[in-house]
Amino acid sequence: MRHAFRTLFVAILAGALLAACKSQPEEPIVEAEPEPTPIVEPAPPPPPPPPRVDDQNNPVDPSTGRPLGRTFYFEFDQARLSERDLRVLAMHANYLRDFRNRSVVLEGHCDERGTREYNLALGERRAQAVQSYLTSAGVRASQIDTVSYGEERPEDPGHSENAWAKNRRAVMIYR
Amino acid sequence: MKTHCHGIRPNAKRRRLGIAQAAAAFFAIAGALASQGLEIVITEGWDSPTRIAVVPFGGPPLRDRPGPVAPVKVADVVSFDLMRSGQFDALSSERMLSQPTTTEEVFFRDWRILDMDYLVIGRAWQEPGAGISILYQLFDVNAERELKSSRWTVQPAQIRDVAHRISDEVYEQVTGIRGAFSTKILYVLVENPGSRAAVYRLVLADTDGERERTVFTTNEPILSPSWAPDAQRVAYVTFETGRSTIVVHDIESGERRRVAAYRGINGAPVFSPDGRRLAMSLSRDGNAEIYIKDLASEELQRVTRAPSAIDTEPNWGEDGNSIIFTSDRGGQPQIYRKDLSTSWVDRLTFQGSYNARARLLPGGQHLVYVHRREGVYHIAWQDLERDTMRILTKTDLDESPSLAPNGTMMIYATRDRGRGILAVVSTDGIVKYELPSASGDVREPAWSPFIDALATGSL
Repeated sequence: MRHAFRTLFVAILAGALLAACKSQPEEPIVEAEPEPTPIVEPAPPPPPPPPRVDDQNNPVDPSTGRPLGRTFYFEFDQARLSERDLRVLAMHANYLRDFRNRSVVLEGHCDERGTREYNLALGERRAQAVQSYLTSAGVRASQIDTVSYGEERPEDPGHSENAWAKNRRAVMIYR
Repeated sequence: MKTHCHGIRPNAKRRRLGIAQAAAAFFAIAGALASQGLEIVITEGWDSPTRIAVVPFGGPPLRDRPGPVAPVKVADVVSFDLMRSGQFDALSSERMLSQPTTTEEVFFRDWRILDMDYLVIGRAWQEPGAGISILYQLFDVNAERELKSSRWTVQPAQIRDVAHRISDEVYEQVTGIRGAFSTKILYVLVENPGSRAAVYRLVLADTDGERERTVFTTNEPILSPSWAPDAQRVAYVTFETGRSTIVVHDIESGERRRVAAYRGINGAPVFSPDGRRLAMSLSRDGNAEIYIKDLASEELQRVTRAPSAIDTEPNWGEDGNSIIFTSDRGGQPQIYRKDLSTSWVDRLTFQGSYNARARLLPGGQHLVYVHRREGVYHIAWQDLERDTMRILTKTDLDESPSLAPNGTMMIYATRDRGRGILAVVSTDGIVKYELPSASGDVREPAWSPFIDALATGSL
């Protein structure tokens, strides 16, 4: 199903490119000089546009073709996004602006330190940090949903600094 | 059931003897109290506890009841209750010189020789109709007089309730403080924690860990259970719909009512002292703020207004006229109090960079809360008038403090070798015991209010 969607999308894009090429020679009608037999070269097949999503229907980095990161990590008791994450989020925002029918759920998570209810609110703040970047970059609010799980759904169930670092995160899930 | 003791202070010679006796008493009790669930491990108690002997109750053997439930040994339950308070050292039955069951059989000399301060005797008998009668007497050994006696007629399933009532009365006679052994604890048991197969159970049990009963089971997290003052309804947060939702659950009828499922988070429910309102933390207006919902009219009142701050973990003042809560409006989580009539907000905690989830002690003059010191999370106690603060727990990742209704003990969640366990500490910091679960993680304990009537249903 996802694959079929992508094929259809590629076909539409290819069609659009063809139309653009076709309209080119029709425009200059000013000159009517009869040129001696201009050899019209056959239009080269349009280059296939880079795919925008991977086979899981998640957006890819247009320059590398690799899936964009969808997990963003935070410092302890913080909800500030790193510069690197902002660059990745900018590409997500581009994709979501181009495809208004796509939407995301942003999950906020915390490590196990601190109280569960405070962490529930802190997880939401992390999801909202991603949300507010995306909306400021032009993604519609209706394309974004947030949910906080606090410390209840750790990525790593361990109790080390390493595990905690993996658990302080916001995760973007394309629907 | 596993019982062992450690952590005795070296200067406590008498206590060391007491602990040895305690261990003997516990091993004697172990058979009667064998349980699938929580196990109790006493770690610390008073240096000079009150010495008491609870003699095995007499009477003709009770008619056998069908089913696997062993007959309850009332004296064992009472001894174990009193021992857990840390203020009593209960004599093992093997060391008793006599085992009286009536006043005529009591020779105070036998108990003075053993250095006992108090003596409890009792008997149980089958009534001609239905029911079992249980009678007990408490004696002051040195004054050689009876201090208190009571009698109940109950169904077999209520024998434990009677035993806890006896503990309550003995405790109150000796200490002057109302006993809280007849109360319940509620907690979350997580099977296969941290995996996709995790199962969350909301469990109700006696305060000695006995008579566990699952109130609610789900594959999604449960947090923040809290009791209504009627000890009948509980509120908690569930993720059964995929998002945080606050539910009020009637324990006896099993009726569940969704009271908050707003956009954003729905958390930290606590009943008002009159049981008619629920304070909670909602982020429906953007960020986590404290709200009060009237349970009858469903009217929602917003209590805090701190744009972009986290306001959560409300707890009511005893008169229902103020709310204490956690807020990071100053940059880090601290405890604040809002007066609901004047709207005045004052900050209560100033030591350290992380203070959260406060609970007021009965009387309203003292707080317990989660406090971070050098990266480690403890439970702290604070006197609001003198503004003094003290660390109550020594372990790491201590959280969710919940107080016994008489204010003497506090149950909280901590970790032991990677497992979530419950632990109890006296609010003076002297007595400690642990309640690890036989399997899975246990967390989010909530101590019930006083339960006035002896339960008449068959639990």
